[in-house]
Amino acid sequence: MAQTEVKLQEYWRWPEYRQTVSNVDWSHAKAITAGVDIGSVGSKAAVLVDGELYAYAAMRTGGVSEATAVKVTSWALEGTGLEIGKLHYVVGTGYGRVNVPFAKRTITEIACHARGAHYIYGPTVRTVLDIGGQDCKAIRCDDKGKVVSFLMNDKCAAGTGRGLEVFADLISVPIQEVGKVSLSVDQEPPPVSNTCVIFAKAESLALLRQGWTKEKVAAAYHAAMADRIVDLLNRVGIEKDFVITGGVAKNMGIVTRLENILKIKPLEPNMDPILAGALGAGLFARALYEKEQGLR
Amino acid sequence: MITAGVDVGAKYAKVVILKDGQVLARAKALVGFDLLKSAAEVFEVALKDAGLSRSDIQRVVSTGMGRNTVVQKPPINAEEAVSEVVSAAAGASHLIPTAKTVIDVGAEEGRGIKIESGRVKDFVINERCAAGAGTFIEAMARALEVKVEDMGPLSLKSVNAIPMNAQCCVFAESEVVSLIHSKISKEDVSKAIHDAIAGRISSMVLRVGVEKDVVLIGGVALDPGFKPPLEKELKASIIIPEYPEYVSALGAAVLAANPTR
Repeated sequence: MAQTEVKLQEYWRWPEYRQTVSNVDWSHAKAITAGVDIGSVGSKAAVLVDGELYAYAAMRTGGVSEATAVKVTSWALEGTGLEIGKLHYVVGTGYGRVNVPFAKRTITEIACHARGAHYIYGPTVRTVLDIGGQDCKAIRCDDKGKVVSFLMNDKCAAGTGRGLEVFADLISVPIQEVGKVSLSVDQEPPPVSNTCVIFAKAESLALLRQGWTKEKVAAAYHAAMADRIVDLLNRVGIEKDFVITGGVAKNMGIVTRLENILKIKPLEPNMDPILAGALGAGLFARALYEKEQGLR
Repeated sequence: MITAGVDVGAKYAKVVILKDGQVLARAKALVGFDLLKSAAEVFEVALKDAGLSRSDIQRVVSTGMGRNTVVQKPPINAEEAVSEVVSAAAGASHLIPTAKTVIDVGAEEGRGIKIESGRVKDFVINERCAAGAGTFIEAMARALEVKVEDMGPLSLKSVNAIPMNAQCCVFAESEVVSLIHSKISKEDVSKAIHDAIAGRISSMVLRVGVEKDVVLIGGVALDPGFKPPLEKELKASIIIPEYPEYVSALGAAVLAANPTR
């Protein structure tokens, strides 16, 4: 009997990656530290040599967080000659931070994101918006990268990466491209009226059936999501410089709309904004290690 | 006097034809893209069952999410539209005159209504979040790979209390999948799902207060797994009338018979 296998593309799946960013000789380093950020959707490991980013990896969080922690860190270290046992100090962060078996300490992702943003963007950062897979945080920080106040939505998928994944699947556009697609309209349509991702998805489907193009529906969906994120930001209060971290920082459809609504241009990152949490954890790890060793 | 109530809901359209307080016919069907067309089809079925035509009906009142689509539009030509809160209260009071609290859980909305001497005194609605409506159970049934009508019976077989952390329908889907992966039985997961939605509905209803008699209506009342955890949360016994999903349509028909109310 003939059988045809239909392979369904999973549009929500984003690519995993690793990179060694510097060629410093770690064998002379005083502190080799790592930050491991086990998020609800993605896990990131950043390895730092004397406080400078050396190598990193980002992958999807699997069913067992402990295994993912080992996997993502080993992958970041791949080809560097380093291994987990050689790391001087590791700090775990993120939703699954207690599940990093080789971490000496855990620090909340709020503190790590502020610290990481301070490293990526510099001391002028005052507001960090982190849009992750299953939550969204608006963080106010000082010139040292210390948290002053924050607000977070981790109860509702609207305004998080998960909401975008659901939408990417609906319109059959890869997650890395939905943002760009949403910007390819001549005129901005009114935003989708439902907040809830489940209802917004049903509404988007109805719009597609009415004959709206994918691009137009994507614009309406992204606009609604941006509105929701702005509500959170306004409640914590926004002060310049403003930066966006987390996976959704790569979605230009969201970033551009936030920029238009807030009339504030977020600073451009010089490295992957998905790493902010892991970087912050790695920097805390360095400080903790130096304190432990009596180096400072 | 013969009247009709048309409830154009988010998922189903329901029609009740009423003669002097007695139901002559009731009909329901899934709503399609075209709300007016869907409602008209159900209306025709109900008329046929009652052996009547539109001209035999003196007044038609509509309710539900799509209530305005059938007002003054043929073939239904509803004379008036009323809100879901008003029709639910009227329908529940008609069936159970002692009702003081009405809980109406439909596909996309949940409502808690407080009634005093047959009138709506206060109400609370969730129309923003799928986790507090029937859609939640439906989405979880998909994640659990069981039919939605099997969810209630499954949950009643469980005596374990597994907490669900996710408040959001989208997050709960992933949580259900991870519960299955950690070898929790479908019975236990189904009970956890019912406990979760009962917790959300009860905390909403408690905002208007719970006074006996408490009546549960709407499509979700057909799920036998919903009443027990809701009674536990509210610490009150709950009455579910026969045909709970038609109560709002019935209420619209009752209101149609009292134009001077």
